[in-house]
Amino acid sequence: MGGPFLPLEIYLNVAISGLLTGLVYGLMALGLSVIFGVVRVVNFAHGEMMTIAMYLAIVLFASYGLDPLLMMIPLAAVLFVLGYAMQMTMINPFIARPEHSQFMLLLAVAIIIVNGLLIAFGPDAQSVQASYSFDSFALGPLIVDATKVYAGGAAILAAAALFAFFRYAPIGRAIRACADNHTGALVIGLNVKRLYALTFGLGAACVGAAGSILSLIESVTPSLGPAYTLLAFVIVITGGLGSMTGALLGGILIGLTEALAALLISASAKSMVSFAILVLVLLFRPQGIMGKRLS
Amino acid sequence: MNRQSHTPPSRRNAGTTRRTFNTGLAAAASLLAAPAIVRAQGGPLKVGVLLPRSGAQASIGQDCQRGVDVAGPILKSLGLPDLQIMNADTETNVEVARARAEKLVNDGAQLLVGAFDSGQTTAIAQVAEQKGIPLVINIAAAPPITEQGYKFVFRNFPTAPMILGDAFNNQKEIFAATGATPKTVVFMHVNDTFGTAMSKAVPGLMPKFQMPYKIVETISYDPTARDLSVEVSKAKATGAEALMMVSRLNDAILITRELVKQRWSPMGVLSMGPGWYEDQYLKTLGRLSDGPISLVPWYDPNKKLSKQLEAALAKQFPGINLNTNHIYTFEAVLVAADAFRRAKSTDPKALAEAIRTTNITENVSTGPGIRFDAKGQNVQLKNSAIQNRGGKLVTVAPKAASNAKPEFPMVAYDKRR
Repeated sequence: MGGPFLPLEIYLNVAISGLLTGLVYGLMALGLSVIFGVVRVVNFAHGEMMTIAMYLAIVLFASYGLDPLLMMIPLAAVLFVLGYAMQMTMINPFIARPEHSQFMLLLAVAIIIVNGLLIAFGPDAQSVQASYSFDSFALGPLIVDATKVYAGGAAILAAAALFAFFRYAPIGRAIRACADNHTGALVIGLNVKRLYALTFGLGAACVGAAGSILSLIESVTPSLGPAYTLLAFVIVITGGLGSMTGALLGGILIGLTEALAALLISASAKSMVSFAILVLVLLFRPQGIMGKRLS
Repeated sequence: MNRQSHTPPSRRNAGTTRRTFNTGLAAAASLLAAPAIVRAQGGPLKVGVLLPRSGAQASIGQDCQRGVDVAGPILKSLGLPDLQIMNADTETNVEVARARAEKLVNDGAQLLVGAFDSGQTTAIAQVAEQKGIPLVINIAAAPPITEQGYKFVFRNFPTAPMILGDAFNNQKEIFAATGATPKTVVFMHVNDTFGTAMSKAVPGLMPKFQMPYKIVETISYDPTARDLSVEVSKAKATGAEALMMVSRLNDAILITRELVKQRWSPMGVLSMGPGWYEDQYLKTLGRLSDGPISLVPWYDPNKKLSKQLEAALAKQFPGINLNTNHIYTFEAVLVAADAFRRAKSTDPKALAEAIRTTNITENVSTGPGIRFDAKGQNVQLKNSAIQNRGGKLVTVAPKAASNAKPEFPMVAYDKRR
């Protein structure tokens, strides 16, 4: 059971570790939030798409020694193309259909991805073992996992780039306009279908980057996809569905609370606590921490 | 195998009369009785092999499958009859395991083998007993499985208390041989059926075996956890001298990584479950995989059949070391073939009777051989202590079935990079 009387540095170590992992989770959830915020489609294959990126990072590392941190941008580009193509060919026809049709479509995509990866890579857990994979920084009594520091930093950079894109790039502003007022966007002549595809591509690029980073800190199996999808949902609903800042904050919050719950209560209580937070948010602030209340 | 309707299409849509209803009832009754009729027929014994081939335990389930894959020629060389293997995937899920077992029986399986995991095996055992089909358990250690009074369930694998008892004896032998004894340990275990059964048995058995160390903290965790840094931080904070483990494969890799990152080198890792000796563990971690001692059901390297199995595995799966998964899955198939030879029938009752009187002395696992007690448990099994050395596994205890001396304490992680 929990160890409330452990030395302070243990709490700090665990909190830092949770925070850094939470940043990567936040980047993953950011993609889900962006897609929902604009396209109004919940990507039920989100975690599965991230496992594709993780496997690609592993293959590139194993075959050519390419560091997943450097591969973050190329893999984001690959997933962008995948997301764009998915939206243009499969999801666009479902935009006006009932939500359960969209759910079934994306669930089917998720199942295809899981089984495709199982056929391609087998069931064994795989990960990247970079030259710095076992390194850690000693800061006084604190020992901080070097890989998580790099991963957290990379996640911040990727999220910052996405925020800047939506704020300063003309296409980013057009996407925001489309999210704020769909009819208005149509009236002023924006190509909404293309903007939707770009948005889905950007959401997929987020999981591309997050998957590449995550391959450094977690082992991947095809069966992990649904778990990541669920995690992304918990984060996004906690942070506020459709809110980019909320997704990042939600990731950090879930990362931190899971880590501290494991230390203070029981290791088995990690998921329990994150779901408890979800229930509390749904009860007392259904729009999420950063979400806008619907009138 | 699907049953096909032989009713002419023209009659399928005919109206229902009392006569057709009664005919239908009789047909349904004969359909229900069909498996028994099929079972009584000749031909090879149909063995349904249930393993977690996908899901969290997929890696181990597929490793178990190798024990089945290499069995055919070996059984033939022993003069045992052919078996028709019917594979099923439990998807690492108890309910799926139950459903797949039922389907296998409905599809004509006359004997079941499986299913690596105690929770899934418990569900399959209920189906086997209900349907009257023998189940030979390859790997599953939870004691209740053979404590239910089942007549069709047989286990050629030690129960959790048996594993622990032997593990404690082997540990003491290692401590005496190396002159190094930890005074404190932290006990980390998975919170699945197997891990929980082991954790329940540990406190009761430790005083009985007069273990020289004290457990300062017990930490349970989810076997599908993606990150175990907190658990290792907590374990390290206890200041324990050694780590006692009941784990699976992926968590064993995660824990080792965290031990290195968090700069904690315990005197040793004493594992009483899978994970630490498996090929993927050795391949993934390289030099960092050296040192852990697994106190597990193993094989006697000096037995003739062990050498035969080892050679067959090396031929069919180059680079794969013989391990518990292969050994006990192979032996489950061996038990099935041996019972079929003696029963001279595929009738489940005759097969169950034959299994009950099994007496195989030329086997692979450590111990005198395979015999089942009245509960269907092989109580003669013995564990071995095996240590990872340079990507290979050596047996370090018991001395009578060993091929190397133990290295304890293990070399600190920071001294080998």
